[in-house]
Amino acid sequence: MSRLRLCMGSAALFAAALLAGHGALAASADKGKAAFVKNGCWQCHGFVGQGGVAGPKLAPDPIPAEAFTAFVRTTNRAMPPYSEAVLSDADLADIHAYLASVPKAADPKTIPLLSSP
Amino acid sequence: MRKDSEARFNRRKFLAGVAVAGAATTVAPAAAPAAPSTTPPPRLPSALPPTARMVAAETGTPPPIPQTKGPAGSDFMVDVIKTLDIPYLPSNPASSFRGLHESLINYGKNTKPEFLTCMHEESAAAMCHGYFKIAGKPLMTLCHGTVGLQHAAMAIYNAWCDRVPMIVIGGNDLDAAKRPPGVPTFHSAQDINAMVRDFTKWDDTPVSLQHFAQSMVRAYKIAMTPPYGPVAISLDAGLQQEPIHENGERLYIPRHVPTAPPAGDGNAVREAASLLANAQNPVIVVDRAARTENGVRLLVQLAEALQAPVVDQGGRMNFPKTHYLSAGPAVIGRADVIIGLELSDFWNTVNAWIDNGGDDGSGTRESRVKPDTKLIGIRSIDLNTKSNYQDFQRFQTLDVQMAADAEATLPALLDAVKSAIPNDRKAAIEKRGETLKKAHAEQKDRTRAAAAVAWDASPISTARLVMETFAAIKDLDWSLVASTGNVSGWPNRLWPMEKYYHWLGSSGGAGVGYGAPASVGAALANRDAGRFSVSIQADGDLMYAPGVLWTAARHKIPLLSVMHNNRGYHQEVMHVQRLSNRRNRVASLGNDMGPIGTSIENPDIDYAKLASSMGWWSAGPVKDPSELGPTIRRAVAAVKSGQPALVDVWTQPR
Repeated sequence: MSRLRLCMGSAALFAAALLAGHGALAASADKGKAAFVKNGCWQCHGFVGQGGVAGPKLAPDPIPAEAFTAFVRTTNRAMPPYSEAVLSDADLADIHAYLASVPKAADPKTIPLLSSP
Repeated sequence: MRKDSEARFNRRKFLAGVAVAGAATTVAPAAAPAAPSTTPPPRLPSALPPTARMVAAETGTPPPIPQTKGPAGSDFMVDVIKTLDIPYLPSNPASSFRGLHESLINYGKNTKPEFLTCMHEESAAAMCHGYFKIAGKPLMTLCHGTVGLQHAAMAIYNAWCDRVPMIVIGGNDLDAAKRPPGVPTFHSAQDINAMVRDFTKWDDTPVSLQHFAQSMVRAYKIAMTPPYGPVAISLDAGLQQEPIHENGERLYIPRHVPTAPPAGDGNAVREAASLLANAQNPVIVVDRAARTENGVRLLVQLAEALQAPVVDQGGRMNFPKTHYLSAGPAVIGRADVIIGLELSDFWNTVNAWIDNGGDDGSGTRESRVKPDTKLIGIRSIDLNTKSNYQDFQRFQTLDVQMAADAEATLPALLDAVKSAIPNDRKAAIEKRGETLKKAHAEQKDRTRAAAAVAWDASPISTARLVMETFAAIKDLDWSLVASTGNVSGWPNRLWPMEKYYHWLGSSGGAGVGYGAPASVGAALANRDAGRFSVSIQADGDLMYAPGVLWTAARHKIPLLSVMHNNRGYHQEVMHVQRLSNRRNRVASLGNDMGPIGTSIENPDIDYAKLASSMGWWSAGPVKDPSELGPTIRRAVAAVKSGQPALVDVWTQPR
């Protein structure tokens, strides 16, 4: 996650420019869930953005939309960047809305199988 | 036996003769002058009566076929094999080793070794692989000349990369003047061992029974000397079937005496110890360092003497996951001295490769360590490097390097480290341990929090899959015999692995198809030790050769197989997605979830039916996480009764 945040910071200006042209549209979590699957985000991050060995946790509590968009568009790490030709601004905003809609995880102390050993 | 016997009567010639005679008889009326006739011609016989010679051949007693004089050569081979105390022989039957096969089950009474019927040579070899990692003893397998050995090749390569011994015997009809024509000749070769020579430690082609005795004992000895590895013997079919010809000399069986493993040079050990004892942040990285439970104990002693974190790359269960010095790879970046014990890839331990399309598509490299970090390596595979297959990985310069077995070197290294620690460093070392204890506890908390995310999701999260499984077996003497398909490492992160048999590592060569058969082989060894075997079984891995399920049921090998069924070749899903993005194209999915060619759906495979068709207790697919625990508990009960059991679970990708 720390690497992720560093890359996001470097691309923040680019992200702001992208969102400026899209801000008027209302993002849809339902559409975002479909776009999350259609565009292969689930492959590394899981169907609810929980993350795993192949990709970091995205949800619940996703990073801010601007930084999220910047990273997706410009990353040069193991995750391949998604250009607008591959993933539209509208889909990207919907995906963020979907991630923001994922409910908070339970406290592991309340899950018997995780509370011990 | 190997010569075609001269038949006194040939049924094929007899029938041909009948046909020709019949045709002649039939043709004759057509050649007669045409004349109207009111009476039909007399009915012709369908066959001519046999001659006296034919009658004698049909009814007489055939002359005796010359019998083998004296005991069969393959009986002696069984005598040799029995001295090596090999308990099992998983194999798919074949004509090129029929002599030895017959001797094993009749002369040898099918014990030590017991023949286990397999449906694929790859399964048989992988069973040997899994068995060794529990029992510490090699098995042998028989392969049919060219075709069987080609089937077995991937499993042998996995064993080579995983440093696992096994004895592969390939039947072969060497003598072109005697070998049966047709299919057996298609299946013969000048040198069948050639196809596995690049990834076996040693091979031989014995041409006499005494030669076989030497080859077999030598093969066992070489396979079992660290670095362990597979060996191959090409066994002539004629040699198996011919009687024993002692030629005036009595056959003898060489006694097997184990070879001591190679230990590190004394000066190099002291140099390494001095670097470790004086380091500010030493780190121990291990992959296949522990060959036995004693290796685990020695590593704990070394880590505690230094209060150094241990990063276990998981080729074996090297270090208890519950120990406060067990650490994640992040500690490597803070190290000033790193010792790598039996690492298969030191370069990738201290460097990172980013698959980002940089450097003209080949990816970029980053160092994980500080520039002045000292590197020490001990690994036995440096004594047995070959050229063709690249399992030796990228070249990494080390400051101190020992071509030696790590476990055999650890006692001397431990003594040297204790002697080398300066008195004025002892307080700092103790303080380092306290810091690491706190970090270990914090890491555990973070891991549990990560596992809680998507806990109630469907498809079921891999964390929940793994922890529901553990909850059902934790009170048993359990052994996780394989985990295939990538479940984000949850077993190693959350299960309290402490004993050597709690974790066996993976395939070695990353050849898909290892998990199912290796699990069955390991479960066989655990059955004999009275342990409970569990595997996390990936869907793609199982479908390489699912016939091994039948072998487990047929030979009553209890195993709990909990499926990580993510319905795809998931690593390839991501590779194609990555390349699509890099080329600025939308990945084509067809009607599947993943890019075309990577999904295992439409239709979905019913693994529960597949398993039950081969004699397993089975259930699933389980999609509701609340049903998973109760289903696994029922499967555990079936396994405890002696049955293999499979639970199919629809899971998240990783």
